[in-house]
Amino acid sequence: MPLLMPLVVAALLFSIGIYGVLARRNAILVLMSVELMLNAVNLNLVAFDVWLRDELLSGQVFTLFVITIAAAEVGLGLAIVLLVFRNRATSQLDELVELREADALRGQPDVRAMR
Amino acid sequence: MTAVVLAILAPTVAAAVGFFSGRRWPRTAVPVAVAGAGVALAAAVVLCARAVRDAPLGDALRGPRVPTGTIELGIDLRLDGLAALVSVAVAAVAFAVQVYSPAYLRGDPRYSSYTALVSLFTAAMMLVVFADDLFVLLVGWEVMGVCSYFLIGHHWEQEGARAGAVKAFVVTRLGDVGFLFGIFALAFAAGTFNIDGARLAALDNGIPQSSATVATLLLLCGVVGKSAQFPLHTWLPDAMAGPTPVSALIHAATMVAAGIYLVARLYDVFLLAPATLAAMAVIAAVTMLGAALAALAQDDIKRVLAYSTVSQLAYMLAGLAVGSAAAATFHLLTHAAFKALLFLAAGAVIHAVGTNQMPDMGGLRRAMPVTFVTMTLGLAALAGLAPLAGFFSKEAVLGAAEESALHGSSAGPVPTWAGWLVLVVGLLTVSVTAAYAARLWLLTFFGRPRGSGVARAAPHEAPPAMRWPLVALAVPTVGLGALGLQRDRLPQWLGVDEQLHLGVVTSVISTALALAGAAAVVLMWRRDPAADPSDRLARLRPAFAGAFYVDELYDRVFVRPVSAAARAVRWTDDSVVDAGVVGSGHTATRLAGWLRLAQAGNVQTYLTGMLAGVVIVAVGVVTLT
Amino acid sequence: MTAVEVLFGLLGLVAVGAALMVVTTRQLVHAALWLVVALGAMAGLYLLLSAEFVAWVQVLIYVGAVVVLLLFGLMLTKAPIGFSDDLDAPVAQRVAAAITAGATGGIVITSLVDAFHGARIELGDDPRGGSAAAAGEALFASWVLPFEVLSVLLLAALVGAIVLSRRDVGSDTDTDIESVTETDAPVRG
Repeated sequence: MPLLMPLVVAALLFSIGIYGVLARRNAILVLMSVELMLNAVNLNLVAFDVWLRDELLSGQVFTLFVITIAAAEVGLGLAIVLLVFRNRATSQLDELVELREADALRGQPDVRAMR
Repeated sequence: MTAVVLAILAPTVAAAVGFFSGRRWPRTAVPVAVAGAGVALAAAVVLCARAVRDAPLGDALRGPRVPTGTIELGIDLRLDGLAALVSVAVAAVAFAVQVYSPAYLRGDPRYSSYTALVSLFTAAMMLVVFADDLFVLLVGWEVMGVCSYFLIGHHWEQEGARAGAVKAFVVTRLGDVGFLFGIFALAFAAGTFNIDGARLAALDNGIPQSSATVATLLLLCGVVGKSAQFPLHTWLPDAMAGPTPVSALIHAATMVAAGIYLVARLYDVFLLAPATLAAMAVIAAVTMLGAALAALAQDDIKRVLAYSTVSQLAYMLAGLAVGSAAAATFHLLTHAAFKALLFLAAGAVIHAVGTNQMPDMGGLRRAMPVTFVTMTLGLAALAGLAPLAGFFSKEAVLGAAEESALHGSSAGPVPTWAGWLVLVVGLLTVSVTAAYAARLWLLTFFGRPRGSGVARAAPHEAPPAMRWPLVALAVPTVGLGALGLQRDRLPQWLGVDEQLHLGVVTSVISTALALAGAAAVVLMWRRDPAADPSDRLARLRPAFAGAFYVDELYDRVFVRPVSAAARAVRWTDDSVVDAGVVGSGHTATRLAGWLRLAQAGNVQTYLTGMLAGVVIVAVGVVTLT
Repeated sequence: MTAVEVLFGLLGLVAVGAALMVVTTRQLVHAALWLVVALGAMAGLYLLLSAEFVAWVQVLIYVGAVVVLLLFGLMLTKAPIGFSDDLDAPVAQRVAAAITAGATGGIVITSLVDAFHGARIELGDDPRGGSAAAAGEALFASWVLPFEVLSVLLLAALVGAIVLSRRDVGSDTDTDIESVTETDAPVRG
């Protein structure tokens, strides 16, 4: 089959994953979107491995590694989400905004004191 | 010549010692200063004796050369009759002031710096007197100016003292600009900075008339400033804010006479420039009469004496203008004696009564007999009454004016109209001088005491340290006139080729005018002993008292525009320059504020931005390579 | 068009469609289930590419473990059942996200097409084979070290997850979901 078919599918999945990471509020939905992106990468790796007929099967082996790491990541990520939920009673990402510059325009320092 | 060096060095050393040790050991201040002045006086007397014995005297000390690239300077000193005689006058008055001051300024916390500055001043004046190089003279000239500034401002807590000191410095400095260029002009014309060299070049026709005129006119600027002649006379009355001994030394006897001395020194050059002599005559005439009229209307005893000094200096300048350096020097010497006497006596009066204002004085002749007698002698000399010294020296000047008016000057270049101008105005001024001298005499010593609570309850005679200088100065006030009895004696001592002219007619007219002026005042006073005779001037009095509003004119024309310009510059610095600097700070802060709006706290926003940036970079990479 | 290609196209469509549903659906649990569909389609794609071992690992771990974990997470964070309106970010952010995603996708696809538009995968006689034997050989012969490191990584993740989510026994800052208020201090963990 043309190499482009798996590649294009992977690319589409990747961009859909990006949209999900950036546009969804719930933290667990974001994790799901990250999984989509990782799967896109896996597909890419496998496609190239089969196309190149690598001796070491490096594409497929890497895919296995990525799957493993993704599993570990989801475990830890969910632990964090649960921790946040325990403390803030929310898993909405846009309510976790402690790092915001609250008074960006209002809290100007007294410039007259500079003279 | 060692005496010359000693006369300059002794006060310098006294000043240095006074500056360094006066703070830690205040008791040493007076002995050190008096010793310095005493040594200088002794040296000057020795030199004067030599000048009298060996007339005409001419001895030089050539010091190290200073290479300048074109005309070189030299640290040169010269001793001749003129220098010797003037140095005695300077040293004598300085010594008298150093003896007088401890009693006058008793309890002053800054006394050590005062005496050190007076010693330094004495040294600088000696340097001017003995200088044989124009730049050495300039150094002495400027050091005197600096000492004058510090000494006028001795009581710097008072605003009048501060203002007076600054005014004196600025106005004399203004003249000194012309003076400096005059020195350059003269040196280039004569080919040397050496004063004797310039004089010889002038005698040899080595200096063309145009150069001489330019150089002398510029030098005249400095003379006008230093000797307080119109239009740079405004600083001298305000300089009276300084202590009275300072006024006696600096502003009566010595520093203000330095200008006259300079012209007398370079007289051979000045004689090449009739235009300058004419200018001098006009300036002298205007100053003479104007200052005398102003003196008539003052209430402060020191300001009367200040305007009187300006007027008498104009006499000296007039003597120079009509061709007689000997007459001018004679008047310089006698004026040093009687004006110093008058100032020191005024100081004794102020010390006793506690105020400068004559309306608050009166009836002091019984309480202060010594002061009364000595001051009477001084005032009589000022008015020019025979046989006191002032009579002879003033007659010498008027006689020279008569000579040049009637016969064309013996020295040649002086125009006859200048002689007539000086003669007529001089005679008028004699009358006015006698009038204000009489007024001062009457208001201070006669009548009922008018003190209004400011005066002390019982004024007493001055302490001995203040009395003895008065008596000592009274001697030359009376006796110095003998120099004028023989026509050639003083010119011979001075080493000039002249004769003193004392005309009988002029003497009679001037004495009559003086007596008339004095009598008018006495009569007015007799009618009402409690009133001020000058009140009869009625509407003219404010104009006289304000010295014809010259100060106000200067304020309008110079001081206010400069102050306004200074304020404009400061405004520009604050609002434009500073605003730029501070404004850039503001702008940076504001921009930072806007940038901070991007920090919304939402992680997804940050990620979007990051990815968008990566995409753009990728697009760039893909399309551009 | 061979059969493999047709199947690949169909499964690809399913995967992409399911992914789209994951990111746009308004029901939280349905998103997880659509994820299952997507991951399963991916497994099918791997099979078609003759990477059998990878396909089965995908099903086992992704569908079997990861999605279950996600569902557990949804349960423990009290995810709303049924339609909920606040799953999506505000419109502006969505538009930005769409643009970014579209741009990324466009760039990637453009460069891929530009680079590989003639290439073909020959699936027929692959000497390696994608079976478990081949994968195992490669893994334990050439990739042993990364494999072992990965197991350490898994251990670390395991320990980390436990540490993060335990409650301190008997500490004052113990908080329960029911009693938590808006501005509680974070629990020491």
